[in-house]
Amino acid sequence: MHNFTPLSASIGGIIIGCAVVLFFYTTGRLAGISGIFANAFTNKENRSSNLLFLLGLVIGPLCYLYFTKIPVNFEITNSYILIIVAGFLVGLGTRMGGGCTSGHGICGISRFSIRSIIATITFIISGVITVFILQQFGFYL
Amino acid sequence: MSEKLFSLVSGIIFGVGLVISGMTNPGKVVSFLSVTHNWDASLIFVMGGAIFVTAPIFYILKNKKKSSLGINVKLPQKKDLDKKLFIGSCLFGLGWGLVGLCPGPAVSSIAIFDPITLIFLLAMLCGVITNKYI
Repeated sequence: MHNFTPLSASIGGIIIGCAVVLFFYTTGRLAGISGIFANAFTNKENRSSNLLFLLGLVIGPLCYLYFTKIPVNFEITNSYILIIVAGFLVGLGTRMGGGCTSGHGICGISRFSIRSIIATITFIISGVITVFILQQFGFYL
Repeated sequence: MSEKLFSLVSGIIFGVGLVISGMTNPGKVVSFLSVTHNWDASLIFVMGGAIFVTAPIFYILKNKKKSSLGINVKLPQKKDLDKKLFIGSCLFGLGWGLVGLCPGPAVSSIAIFDPITLIFLLAMLCGVITNKYI
């Protein structure tokens, strides 16, 4: 297995879990990021809290990378068409399906929501098929 | 006021978790989805680590009506497995597989200062708005 990092993945996951718990415990809301993102720009209710959460999502990694000086790995396609199509589909799909990796994948599954379990299985299978098809055309990231 | 402060702090902690987990790297997410070629199972450990914390605490807090700040608890009420849940998740998976970015890492990757992520976020916002008209 190439670049498999179970330890840092688990530690990162536990920290993400703590953030979800803190957000829920204090604000009474679930930290589904597609919902927070959508509401921050399209809904007046809780707008400033949502924008501050998104700001935190940027400040956290910024401070972490600044203080640890760990070089960051960031491999992404250089195709603008792919970026635009993917961004659009992620925005549309997460709102239509009511959640993303955090909302369904973490919050929903930990509440044993059948909807979230089905959604998570669906988007993972859909992602796997997409990557498989891209690879048949020689697209490897 | 404190609601805003805790939103910011939760976002910071979430972002730190994302970068430590490696999920801010789209290449690593694509490797998770690439089951037939150099598969990297790390993402399962990220979700597992998070759920390990959230599941027991959500269970303990499940009957709470108000948060610690006295705000009414808001939880999704939908139970039905409708077409939108399925089609939406298929479209999301398609976009996720194309580039390897989902909403959290897409926002966090602003910290990497690659302008391509801003284009992704702008396209994502267009997708969000489009859904309002469907």
